[in-house]
Amino acid sequence: MYVAVKGGERAIENAHRLLAHERRGDRDVPEVTLAQISGQLALGVDRVMTEGSLYDRELAALAIKQARGDMIEAIFLVRAFRATLPRLGATEPVNTGEMQVRRRISSTFKDVPGGQILGPTFDYTHRLLDPQLAEGFVPEQPETAEASQAATPRVTDILGRDGLIESSPQADSDAPVGDLTREPLSFPADRDLRLQNLARGDEGFLLALGYSTQRGYGRNHPFAGEIRFGEVEVELFAEDVGFAVPLGSIELTECQMVNQFKGSTTEAPCFTRGYGLAFGQSERKTMSMALVDRALRAGELGEEVGAPAQDEEFVMSHSDNVQSTGFVEHLKLPHYVDFQSELGLLRKLRQEFAEANQAVELQEAAE
Amino acid sequence: MNAPTYNFAYLDEQTKRMIRRAILKAIAIPGYQVPFASREMPMPYGWGTGGVQVTAAILGPDDVLKVIDQGSDDTTNAISIRKFFGKTAGVATTTSTTDATVIQTRHRIPEASLHAGQVLVYQVPIPEPLRFLEPRETETRRMHALAEYGLMHVKLYEDIARFGHIATAYAYPVKVNARYVMDPSPTPKFDNPKMDNCAALQLFGAGREKRIYAIPPYTTVVSLDFEDHPFTRYRFNAPCALCGADDSYLDEIVTDDKGGRMFVCSDTDFCEQRQAAGHHGTESAAPHKEKAHV
Repeated sequence: MYVAVKGGERAIENAHRLLAHERRGDRDVPEVTLAQISGQLALGVDRVMTEGSLYDRELAALAIKQARGDMIEAIFLVRAFRATLPRLGATEPVNTGEMQVRRRISSTFKDVPGGQILGPTFDYTHRLLDPQLAEGFVPEQPETAEASQAATPRVTDILGRDGLIESSPQADSDAPVGDLTREPLSFPADRDLRLQNLARGDEGFLLALGYSTQRGYGRNHPFAGEIRFGEVEVELFAEDVGFAVPLGSIELTECQMVNQFKGSTTEAPCFTRGYGLAFGQSERKTMSMALVDRALRAGELGEEVGAPAQDEEFVMSHSDNVQSTGFVEHLKLPHYVDFQSELGLLRKLRQEFAEANQAVELQEAAE
Repeated sequence: MNAPTYNFAYLDEQTKRMIRRAILKAIAIPGYQVPFASREMPMPYGWGTGGVQVTAAILGPDDVLKVIDQGSDDTTNAISIRKFFGKTAGVATTTSTTDATVIQTRHRIPEASLHAGQVLVYQVPIPEPLRFLEPRETETRRMHALAEYGLMHVKLYEDIARFGHIATAYAYPVKVNARYVMDPSPTPKFDNPKMDNCAALQLFGAGREKRIYAIPPYTTVVSLDFEDHPFTRYRFNAPCALCGADDSYLDEIVTDDKGGRMFVCSDTDFCEQRQAAGHHGTESAAPHKEKAHV
């Protein structure tokens, strides 16, 4: 006798117990600590903070540990926590021109005021697996020097002085900045919301879209005007005291792409901008973001819009990996009610098809 | 580390207020999709976050909650959501359709008719009935504003031209209060008539797509059709093997790998109530055929 399926509750509990066991791995091997994740898997933590939209290294490290290294799952954990936090206010815009720079490169000029600073980078390493790193490797102490007091003005500001690049639109400082986590998104979206969407967007998705613009799907001929990574001060304007109070500093990566623009009848030819910003050291992300930001400005700059990366609704509706993974993975949920209604319809259509064919065959046989 | 603490029914009161405003607007304009600032919930998008947010916003301490998925109280996701509210709101839960004040559902409408004062909360994956005809939100919103539904009728007509009848078995589009074309969520079209003139309030939440819509009690809901091809609903041509019901929507259960099948009620509460009342079915393999159900 068939009995309807029961006991899902216990199955779920047991599955979660098994998950916790698997997450721990071999119990004879020491557990990874949050400090280890934060310190030694730092770029992973940076990505989780960026796409999770929450600057908290410890929570991001916890999320990575809890997610067994699944980055999108970790981003999801951080997002779900972030959604419950109260909003106390919006900080003053950070000034990346005054960043305490740890790495700063420009591909558009051989040298720039403040210099090219390679900093910690994979660039120019030879990608040979290093067996020394497997265990017990003690790296040499890095070279050190006095921190330079020289200003490191943004390369785009240098170009801007000669009017060679479009001026960066200055937002009205009294106008509130859009927040798509608090207000539902509608199209067309303003650039603040677009940038927020891209900053939270999946690195892989933006990378592919950015790459597609380089291969001709919405080409905008980019140069990496500048990529800088370092610390900036964050300040909040406090109503009670009447001035901006420093909250602390955060690590940011900023990428300013410099792109071609032919000019129009009303505007002289000049370079245009694509912008990328992310928490921590996230160069691939900010470069991709800057390419896509520029591609999305096609309409505003009077360019022909046709490529996927130029399509605001397409890009913004599919960039969020927490949304994407949820809907793709929801296919794991039971769908038997709609499947069976579809099955019923299909059987009916096939029966009608068979009957119709039979009738034709009979008729042909009779003729 | 900031140890997380959570409000009654998980969401903070500000968020609940925002959702309640969207719900009120949705009730005021039956069938219209109201954008709302959907939050990231602790379950994935696509797993009922819209329904969960609506439920969280309307739930009070005295409510009695029922959660079903595919008509069943015992499917894994229904259990997970019921436990979530049991834990975060401490509300009473039930499997009884009649006893519940709030019923959250995925893919089914209960067989037992709902009564005044109840709220049925649907989980909705794609709220836009026109989405697969027109992928752009900017376009579909304009089409709704102008009540420009010709495209949908052409689609239904093309079905008839190609297959002889409308080839939509679930998420069958309806017109609400003679104005908005609405997606009833992926319920089988067997359930569509239950939405019409229903005594309960019906709320629809789409979390990922950030939309809420509603059918107020006693509102006209018409399944789209043509005069010469009237809307027809279907069920498997068999009584339930467990309770003998011949008017309920049935699940097809594959019993072996030799073509063995049986059919049982998809609504587990309905089936259990009938069995408790002494009804029995016979475990005869029914033909895999649907018949029109009126």
